[in-house]
Amino acid sequence: MLILECPYCGVKAEETELTPGGEAHLKRAGPGSSDDEFEAYLFMRKNPKGVHFERWRHSHGCGKWFHAARCTATLEVFGTYPAQTTEPPKDIQDRIRAKRPDWEGWA
Amino acid sequence: MGQKYSIFAIARQAMQYHQGWERAWRSPEPKRKYDVIIVGAGGHGLATAYYLGRNFGITNVAVLEKGWLGGGNTGRNTTIIRSNYLQDPSAAIYEKARSLYETMSQDLNYNVMFSPRGLLMLAQTEHEVRGYKRTVHANRLQGVDTEWIGPQRVKELVPIINLEGPRYPVLGALYQARGGTARHDAVAWGYARACSDMGMDIIQQCEVTGIRTEGGRVKGVDTTRGPIDCDKLALVAAGHSSVLAEMAGFRLPIESVALQALVSEPIKPCMDVVVMANTVHGYMSQSDKGEMVIGGGTDGFNNYTQRGSFHHIEETVRALIETFPIISRLKMLRQWGGIVDMTGDRSPILSKTPVEGIFVNCGWGTGGFKAIPGSGWAMAELMARGHSPLTEEFTMFRFREGKFIDESVAAGVAH
Repeated sequence: MLILECPYCGVKAEETELTPGGEAHLKRAGPGSSDDEFEAYLFMRKNPKGVHFERWRHSHGCGKWFHAARCTATLEVFGTYPAQTTEPPKDIQDRIRAKRPDWEGWA
Repeated sequence: MGQKYSIFAIARQAMQYHQGWERAWRSPEPKRKYDVIIVGAGGHGLATAYYLGRNFGITNVAVLEKGWLGGGNTGRNTTIIRSNYLQDPSAAIYEKARSLYETMSQDLNYNVMFSPRGLLMLAQTEHEVRGYKRTVHANRLQGVDTEWIGPQRVKELVPIINLEGPRYPVLGALYQARGGTARHDAVAWGYARACSDMGMDIIQQCEVTGIRTEGGRVKGVDTTRGPIDCDKLALVAAGHSSVLAEMAGFRLPIESVALQALVSEPIKPCMDVVVMANTVHGYMSQSDKGEMVIGGGTDGFNNYTQRGSFHHIEETVRALIETFPIISRLKMLRQWGGIVDMTGDRSPILSKTPVEGIFVNCGWGTGGFKAIPGSGWAMAELMARGHSPLTEEFTMFRFREGKFIDESVAAGVAH
């Protein structure tokens, strides 16, 4: 059972209270993008076995979108953070590095 | 050539206390080089190897498996076989697979216990009624034998069903009389035995750790049992396809999620068809042992752990109890999860890749078992000839062109 703490309301929410929203920090392909860029934005996913950053919505709570850093191989949660950012905050990245020394970084 | 299985072989073995049975397949040391390496000794990988040998005479083949043979999704599914798909490319490959299942036991000289017991997909909303009637019409044109049946016929076929609902009454069903089930492990074992007989090497506990390429062409793979070279490489690893693609330097439009199933304690025969209820999201059949085999929904988040979330089991069981009230007091024996590879349009990928010589067969998502023989047949043709009429539409480049094979709308989510 996956439990994530909503960074807005501070509730430790169990997964039935949340809605998963897929990979986080995707860069939207804008006007003038090539077909390849648009395809990458819409369909091509990292789908890593290990550290994964993803979007979640606290749908049966405050209703807000937030981000979570999680390990897909162990289901360990490294932390959650607000969605108003283009990259994972430093403290989360440091926490992941401490636990996964061979992690290659979020980009 | 190994032993031929027959009633006479059993009689002969009985005379010698069954001490003379050979191992069904060899476990050789990997050679330095093969013409073709297939990564993943599940149903799809082994079927690909088998048809490469049988249809094209390519037998210098190794099938590499990081765990044990058929231990991934091949051993974790609910064994349902059907081909009642809406879109032409899907109907073609799934119907090819279903028809190959009919003769598989004879072809492989291995009893895969194919049981064409009939399959019902219940329509429990008006939208589903319209959708399934449309599928029946499409199937007629495709040459797939399905029919629309009303609630009374459903009740005749499935006496234990509760038609009234109340939340989701059964309004009819899409019926494929030639659909059914097969023994999932036997499919993998039968193909493995046939491949081994043709001289192919099935190498278990051999994990691929890297893929070597040179000038945009595949050279070989690095494994936990040393490097192996090859001319052609097929990645047939279901949930781990993205990991392998990453090693080869490209991405796939795939996300890996957990799908679960469970079986009850065995009970007397009470249901001799497969029933799928996509609106409430559960499907059920009765195994030859008497267990009710139950499957449900996938988790929504990426996961490689082969463990799913408990609430999906609860949802599935809740839905099925409403449809089949008699199962409400059944005890569940086992529950398990597998990692399925979901594509953007919920249809598989059988394709060449940006690296020459590397082919992928993945994206079967929640419904790969039924496709095993057709998938292997088409994949072998693609690898041997460079093209196959069955795989043309299933290229991994269809997403760039927007040419989806949009089954998720037609088939609900269960696949």
